[in-house]
Amino acid sequence: MLLPAVKAAALLFFVVVVQVTIVGSMGIFGGAPDLMLVMLVAVALLNGAVFGAFAGFWTGLLLDVALIQTLGFSSLLLTLAGFWTGRYGETTGRNRSHAPLVSVAVVTVLYAVAALILHFMLGDPASARIALVDALPPELVLNLLLAVPVFALCRRLFAPPPPARTQEVEFG
Amino acid sequence: MRVAALGSPVRRTVAPSYPRTSGPLKRRLVVGLLVLASLAMITVYFRESPNGGLHDFQSVGASALRPFEVGAQRIARPFRDAYGWVAGVFHAKSENERLREEIERLRQQMVINQAAVQQYEDLSRILKYKRGRNFPQDFPRDRAVTASVLASPEGEFQQRITIAAGSSSGIRQYDAVVTADGLVGHVSKVLRDQALVTLITDKESAVAARDASTGAVGILRHGEGSALFLDHVPKNKVVKAPDLIVTAGQQQGRLPALYPQGIQIGYVTSVSQTDIDEFQNVQVVPFVDFSDLDTVLVLVSDKARPNAP
Repeated sequence: MLLPAVKAAALLFFVVVVQVTIVGSMGIFGGAPDLMLVMLVAVALLNGAVFGAFAGFWTGLLLDVALIQTLGFSSLLLTLAGFWTGRYGETTGRNRSHAPLVSVAVVTVLYAVAALILHFMLGDPASARIALVDALPPELVLNLLLAVPVFALCRRLFAPPPPARTQEVEFG
Repeated sequence: MRVAALGSPVRRTVAPSYPRTSGPLKRRLVVGLLVLASLAMITVYFRESPNGGLHDFQSVGASALRPFEVGAQRIARPFRDAYGWVAGVFHAKSENERLREEIERLRQQMVINQAAVQQYEDLSRILKYKRGRNFPQDFPRDRAVTASVLASPEGEFQQRITIAAGSSSGIRQYDAVVTADGLVGHVSKVLRDQALVTLITDKESAVAARDASTGAVGILRHGEGSALFLDHVPKNKVVKAPDLIVTAGQQQGRLPALYPQGIQIGYVTSVSQTDIDEFQNVQVVPFVDFSDLDTVLVLVSDKARPNAP
């Protein structure tokens, strides 16, 4: 359990730095991909709800520190995103080929809506039209494009340990 | 295909599985505690002063992240430049034509301006005229702080950037931030080695601005996409495309002028008005490309600043 946690912490640290310095400023079709969110979804999907919740909290904390924004804002949203994705993976989705795409699509939309609501609750000015109509569709498409390679990478990094031994089954 | 037969051993591989599935109680407890911790952080962060514990923690964390962000910027720079170069090639022809016309217009303007500047200086001396903070006269280049951009605007909600210089470099809250192209925004939060800059494209941003040609004054706000609009320009004032828009350096209502006058912002692209509107609708395109900010200049001046709200 410790090795995957260390790997996930390092990977998410790297991804947050890349997101805030490079990916976040990319303007592609009026939106920017959220590599950090896609990576979190992939990590949570493969490792379960509790792991996903911790990964989300850690990612959110790094993001809030890097962007000098209200501490706890992203942690709250990403904890819930990681938890939900992990639970989806534990129950139904993990071994289905469409699971990464479904979870990335759902989490991208829910994260945007939840962030908008939280901004409103904290009194930050936020335009629902810009966030949900202008920016969300291109972000959703770009995140879905990223989902498959990112999930494949995470699958290699967080592959379950190979079976310790083969079982001999004797009939009769 | 291997067929199992009675009496013969068959090797069956155990299917790989992800064992990290927790019990329901542990699951709920963990997520509950993490959500509670996040909410507690939000509450404390809001209530405490800028010198509080969480702010200090954030400052230390941001300083620790800084080398990684700088490293990532340096690695990405050639690729971003290459992308910018390719994108620029497509626009080069139309840009070239527009710039030639602009050079011609500016040459004529320069001659008029030089005469006006001389006249202004003479009259100021004669009348002992006291003026407010002016750019670039009151902001010597050697006092300005040049800082690299560490983090770009995250999403559509907040148009803010993080820069690699803070109070240790003499930067204070509400200092104006510019590039060679024009106004970028103002410093909204200062840490020891970093500062948060609110861009003029942010929803909260409002800049007192004027038309450099006609002197019409309005308040520049965030508009559609990357455009800005100059609000509160009365209908009897003349504004036309492609007039230059600069900071007015004037107090608007109860709000003090954060920006010194004379910083170029952008140019007017369209002006319209309807019968029912009280003011003109002036669209402005900024000179600064906010999606590709690499280095900015924080204006530090010896002159006293007006009190901020």
